[in-house]
Amino acid sequence: MITRCRKRAVAGAILITAGVAGMSPAQADNFTREDLDRWQQEYEAVVSKGEQLFHGGLGNENTVSCDQCHPNAANTHAETYPKFQQQLGKVAVLGEMINWCIRNPLESKPLALDDPDMIALQAYILQERRGVALAPGKH
Amino acid sequence: MSRIDRREFLKRGGALLAASSLPLSLVDVAFGKTSEQNFTFAYISDSHLTHLKGREFVRNWDRGLIRAIAEANLMDPRPDFIFYGGDIAQLGKPEEIDHGLELLGALRGDVHYVMGEHDYYLDLGEHWRKRLGPDHYSFDHKGVHFVVLNSIKTFNDWTHNRWPSGAERMHQMARLDNPQGSPFMVGEQQRAWLKDDLDKISKDTPLVVMSHSPLQKIYKGWNFWTEDAEQVQALLKPFKKVNVLYGHVHQIQTNQIGNISFNAAMATAWPWPYPATYKQQASYLPKLTVNMNRADPFFERDATGWQFINLHTGRVDVNYLLPGNQNRVVAWDDRAGHPADTQFQDTANRIPPQTHY
Repeated sequence: MITRCRKRAVAGAILITAGVAGMSPAQADNFTREDLDRWQQEYEAVVSKGEQLFHGGLGNENTVSCDQCHPNAANTHAETYPKFQQQLGKVAVLGEMINWCIRNPLESKPLALDDPDMIALQAYILQERRGVALAPGKH
Repeated sequence: MSRIDRREFLKRGGALLAASSLPLSLVDVAFGKTSEQNFTFAYISDSHLTHLKGREFVRNWDRGLIRAIAEANLMDPRPDFIFYGGDIAQLGKPEEIDHGLELLGALRGDVHYVMGEHDYYLDLGEHWRKRLGPDHYSFDHKGVHFVVLNSIKTFNDWTHNRWPSGAERMHQMARLDNPQGSPFMVGEQQRAWLKDDLDKISKDTPLVVMSHSPLQKIYKGWNFWTEDAEQVQALLKPFKKVNVLYGHVHQIQTNQIGNISFNAAMATAWPWPYPATYKQQASYLPKLTVNMNRADPFFERDATGWQFINLHTGRVDVNYLLPGNQNRVVAWDDRAGHPADTQFQDTANRIPPQTHY
């Protein structure tokens, strides 16, 4: 508890110092249209990377690619996760299903769930599924 | 076979199916010696054999074709012949086509081949034609006129002026959802050939037209589409009984346009989603279609299969043989005047695995 108080005090001091020195952003609501554009570009770059990985960019030896079964990431049902996956015997997230595909049809090694490639694949899949209502658990 | 007989057959066939995992027992019931004009042929399609190096190929796709061949060889009585519906290869490589023909060489019976885009766009079909002959042809069998078309050509500019190599052209066409793709077509030259071919045939002759792409327009984004479909349909229109069978879509599709019945083949390799499941674009899946079952994507052969065709009184019934899933029959319904799923056409009879979204 003492440690946490000390940390807060130090952080506060840094923020005040930064504000005095004119560094930005002093306030959380100070982000701009340029910031929004940059964040969107960052996102789109990852979607684009995901699209490339999805279409044969994973480098797996047997050359099978995600889009061979899932053109435009269709039949991936990203909006239904997490859901109970009877074949795994548990509630699973989308990343675990992607790894199932990487292990089996792609005959390759699974990705860590926070691997940048895993994040890019999910970004592409969800971008292609945009506008569909969330339906966790649905089969 | 009369309609009542046929209904009885389907009932008995269903009971046999329930009793046995050997779907081929259906054939014994279906094909007695009641008519010389009734016959059956097997129909295998879309194997997408993929060459890796040396003698190595992707195991999964090999297994699909090997299984279909083994099952087709068990049919008793024997089918009159076998159709292969196109896409033996994944990237059109001679190694892939040769490997496919080596496996298909185990089939008991004559095989007729249809050209798929995966067989074509590396060398514009040169190796395929060297091994198999012309890519469009016709023949007569027991009073039925069969026509085979190469429906996967496209605009000359895309084919000849767009890509630095045949390999790059093949890669581009192999990607189903490719925004740089180009629509399939039969083309003017083949349509002229078809017109000549059909001019010699009586309009009472039942027709079976085999193509790789659907000779109808369903979804352009994935080339479930033939650009000159209407012109081809116009040539088929004067005939009383026309059946179009096509591959490419890797799923059950059923349609009736005027006098023309349409049925699609399952792939031995992998299933494709129905276009309506892609939410960013509109598509036009025929309403008669009862979706294929997606039961267990963890099962390697889920929603794949092959089919045999019962041709009776000039009409096609498609028997879908589906590993791990219940078999399906889409048969000509004389009263309705279109093909119909014998079990699931009524929406009240459908089951959850047929809902795709």
